[in-house]
Amino acid sequence: MTLSALILIPFFGGLLCWLSERLGAGVPRWIALISMFLVLAIGVNLWLTGDYTSIAGTGGLNWQVEEQYSWIPILGVSIHFGLDGLSLVMVLLTGLLGVVAVGCSWKEIKTNIGAFHMNLLWSLAGVLGVFLALDMMLFFFFWEMMLIPVYFLIALWGHSAHNGAVRVKAATKFFIYTQVGGLVMLVGILALVFVNFNATQQLSFDYETLLGAHKLMSSELQFALMMCFFIGFAVKLPIVPVHGWLPDAHAEAPTAGSVDLAGILLKTAGYGMLRFTLPFFPDASQEFANTAMLLGVVGIFYGAFLAFVQTDIKRLIAYTSISHMGFVLIGIYSGNLLTLQGLVIQMAAHGLCAGGLFILAGQIYERTGTRDMREMGGLWAKFTYLPPLLMFFAAALLGIPGTANFVGEFLILLGAFKVVPVITIIATASLVLAGVYSLILIHRTLFGQPASEQKYADLSLREISIVLSLALILLWVGFYPQPLLNVSVDAMTFIQQTYAPADVSVPLPIGGAASPVAP
Amino acid sequence: MNFLYLTFLFPAIGFLLLATLRTRLSENVAAAIGVGSLGLSALTTVYVGIDFLNNVEQGGKYVQTLWSWMQVGDFDASFGLHLDGLSLTMLGVITGVGFFIHLFASWYMRGEAGYERFFSYMNLFVASMVLLVLGDNLALLYLGWEGVGLCSYLLIGFYYSDRANGEAAIKAFTVTRVGDVFMAIGIFIIFQQLGTLNIEEILVLAPQKWVEGDPMVVAASLMLLGGAVGKSAQLPLQTWLADAMAGPTPVSALIHAATMVTAGVYLIARTHTVFELAPDVLLLVGVVGAVTLLIAGFSALVQTDIKRVLAYSTMSQIGYMFLALGVSAWDAAIFHLMTHAFFKALLFLSAGAVIIACHHEQNIFKMGGLWKKIPFVYACFLVGGGALAAFPFLTVGFFSKDAILLQAYASGHTNLFWAGLVGALFTSIYTFRLIFIVFHGEEKTHAHAIHGISYWLPLGVLLVLSTFVGALIHQPLEGVLPEFTSPTLEESKHFVEILAIGTGLIGLALAFVFFWGERRIAKAIAESGLGRLLSPILRDGCGFDWLYSWLFVKPYLFIAAINRHDVIDKLFNLIPSLAKLGNSAMSVTENGRVRWYATSIALGAVLVLGAVLVLQVTFTH
Repeated sequence: MTLSALILIPFFGGLLCWLSERLGAGVPRWIALISMFLVLAIGVNLWLTGDYTSIAGTGGLNWQVEEQYSWIPILGVSIHFGLDGLSLVMVLLTGLLGVVAVGCSWKEIKTNIGAFHMNLLWSLAGVLGVFLALDMMLFFFFWEMMLIPVYFLIALWGHSAHNGAVRVKAATKFFIYTQVGGLVMLVGILALVFVNFNATQQLSFDYETLLGAHKLMSSELQFALMMCFFIGFAVKLPIVPVHGWLPDAHAEAPTAGSVDLAGILLKTAGYGMLRFTLPFFPDASQEFANTAMLLGVVGIFYGAFLAFVQTDIKRLIAYTSISHMGFVLIGIYSGNLLTLQGLVIQMAAHGLCAGGLFILAGQIYERTGTRDMREMGGLWAKFTYLPPLLMFFAAALLGIPGTANFVGEFLILLGAFKVVPVITIIATASLVLAGVYSLILIHRTLFGQPASEQKYADLSLREISIVLSLALILLWVGFYPQPLLNVSVDAMTFIQQTYAPADVSVPLPIGGAASPVAP
Repeated sequence: MNFLYLTFLFPAIGFLLLATLRTRLSENVAAAIGVGSLGLSALTTVYVGIDFLNNVEQGGKYVQTLWSWMQVGDFDASFGLHLDGLSLTMLGVITGVGFFIHLFASWYMRGEAGYERFFSYMNLFVASMVLLVLGDNLALLYLGWEGVGLCSYLLIGFYYSDRANGEAAIKAFTVTRVGDVFMAIGIFIIFQQLGTLNIEEILVLAPQKWVEGDPMVVAASLMLLGGAVGKSAQLPLQTWLADAMAGPTPVSALIHAATMVTAGVYLIARTHTVFELAPDVLLLVGVVGAVTLLIAGFSALVQTDIKRVLAYSTMSQIGYMFLALGVSAWDAAIFHLMTHAFFKALLFLSAGAVIIACHHEQNIFKMGGLWKKIPFVYACFLVGGGALAAFPFLTVGFFSKDAILLQAYASGHTNLFWAGLVGALFTSIYTFRLIFIVFHGEEKTHAHAIHGISYWLPLGVLLVLSTFVGALIHQPLEGVLPEFTSPTLEESKHFVEILAIGTGLIGLALAFVFFWGERRIAKAIAESGLGRLLSPILRDGCGFDWLYSWLFVKPYLFIAAINRHDVIDKLFNLIPSLAKLGNSAMSVTENGRVRWYATSIALGAVLVLGAVLVLQVTFTH
């Protein structure tokens, strides 16, 4: 029941929020907060009680908890949940950022509070479902389910400075992009199931059954189906060129929506590639790897350049997300244990870091009434606690060692260098650009003479504790990532072994690896 | 030695206290925390150092693994500290000189807004720097490496209300980060080749894995050199240091003179085995040093800002260290690193005192005749400047620079030796130019006298260390770094010494001729055609800023600007536009006129019939 509870708690919690609004504005907030704390607590409990390294190195699947209920037996569809180390990290991230998202909307959202929290919690329920589902139909159900509440979050509670039309347009853009991606993936899922059915006469949407299906199809078909999955996830990640929805969605979303989007929703795509694309289609993925990593590199630079020229602080952060997702692609497709483990840290770190930055951007907006960095400046002098926190998150964004972001990027690059040295070198060069866009953010907001004489209220205890807790976790993972690495090691070993069985280190093309050992 | 971890923990705690309590602290409490944490760290260093020297045999080491940092498969980077003669020397310089600079800063910064913020950054810097030199693997070293870079950024941009300072800070961070990228790639190569990042293992494995001149070891050492030149402001990544002077003067003393900028020297010395396997790269280290010391020395001659003179002299002195590394004079490089930390910290702190005394004036031509007003600072400047110019026998700089020149000569790389000698001439000229202009001649500002223990104690201690007393400090480098050997070492000793002393004195004489009193000759040169052409170029660092602006900054801004509106996103907007176009095209046909409908029905019928006919004909034949 634990896994079902993880999904049902936010689902019913959301329903309660909606119903309880008439009891008072505070009630939905508390219900939402308690629900997300419960999810987080269950996650932590699963972490403490599970043994995620029990099959270390053997490369099998290590479901710590598994649940299965009958749903549509005639189609081979069941409600099948499973949790391994990878899902656990994602669940923990969702629980944590869920709490944070509720917390940061405490004062920001003033209308239809109940409905807002219902949408927020339902989207989180959908995300949790994505992270736990082991049945492709169920997975797709949750995949689609998480979109609709986010659409409403953007369209109804979005950026107050713009009129409704801009918000709805951004929300619609987001919806159409991801919907198209989802449909392509649905084709892939159905085709995969039919291939399996044709060969085995058994209709099944079950994850473990379908894992063997790639052996039953031609390599062209495998490649085509892999592309279906890839496109579905790529839109959500997002990778250049299908990234256009992200900056608009972030610019119009409320703070909680941005936290939700950047911190959790984007991670479903990375998770999906790891969980489904690679194990379902290992050979086709191998074949596609270089293209995917090239797309990653393009995305890193494209996002970095665009982040630099943004004037809207939230759009800047949104473009840095695109840049960081390039690293995720490289991490996934270079596919050795170092990069995959780095990826887990990188995804968690990006969620926390982008989440923190969006919250700070929201806090700045609540006080100054603008998100345009040209109208800011001199904020060092205006606040006691906001500037150092912003500085910290900017430093995390550029990957300063000691933060989780560094551990992720370092492991990815260190591992990827063994496989694709040239791509890795180019990706490493982007660290300079990361420094530039992070510091330009600081430069434009904090430096210079204050733009106005107005006094602003400093951060409240609630606001400080939200942001500070994210910062502390980033630091903790930055200095001691081992607990997290241990959680995901079995899951990642499985993916690595299905993807690249031998983990052969390709020697460098410049020929040094083969040089004789000196006597 | 068990307390080794306290050396970085004290400043780290100091940072945390200052960063969290912020404005609730009074200046005195903030100073007590900021300076006190450094004092405790320095005391720990003394204790650990004595313990180490008594209990560990020569060339030995002490390793303290605190926890496993990252472990994935066969990659294992621990959070481990490694203490040997080299890191002990560095540790001593960092905490010792660092403490006195902190003490001085508690006086210098008094009354400035953000007093506690300043000390929080300074403490964080020291913690990072200690990790840099104690880290037992390249990943941890990289942590310290980037950490000091961040603190450098924060402190250069300390006076935030002027955006120019922020720009200088970004420039410093970005340029050094270019070096960091090289270094990261070097780390990747080493791990890919040797399967470990532990420095001790690297030093053992490198000669087993690589033969001399192996392309991979050349690549790895080149990349490490890239990191080193970035951090140490050597050619071609030297452009950031002069602008870094925007930070408060104690920062310039600690970060941009005594410690951080010498990290590159430390890195190369630390991984010396790798460089020895790539002799060409090692020679390149020396050449980089030689060229930098000449260019920087030349630029220092025409600077007008007291701190920029010192900044260029720092580049040039680090150039000497690189030169020493390049000729395998490892001990001499580290010796000069230490003595340079003493006298350059002294010079920067004295410069700070001068600036305060002259009411925050930094232009040397607006000073003059200060020796009567602040005689103690004058004495400091004389000793520090003397050490910088390697004034014979009395100053510490003479011993270290002489060692470098001697070993460069004896190593057979005579070109490098001559470059070093010419550099020494420049050094002597610009140092005494500075002293003559600032302290002699007519008074131009009203300077006021300075008092306070936190002002004269640091200066006093550094003053003593900058005399020959400093040269008596023995660095426990035996067995850590290979000893310099050359058959001609003894016989060339006197020749080099005489040349070095002679050059220094000639420089002094030239400075006297050019810059004493009316400075007629200097002015004449400056106003000649050549002078007018050259001096702006020299003043702006020999045109590197201009070059990089055209090569990198402008193209970067151009690319960013042309894609300001995200072209790819706009392309996708074509799809809805097409849909709308189709919609409007179609809705034209729905205009409600019966005539139009009748016509279109007729036309449509004709079209369909025609199509049927055509198909019929094609398929029947």
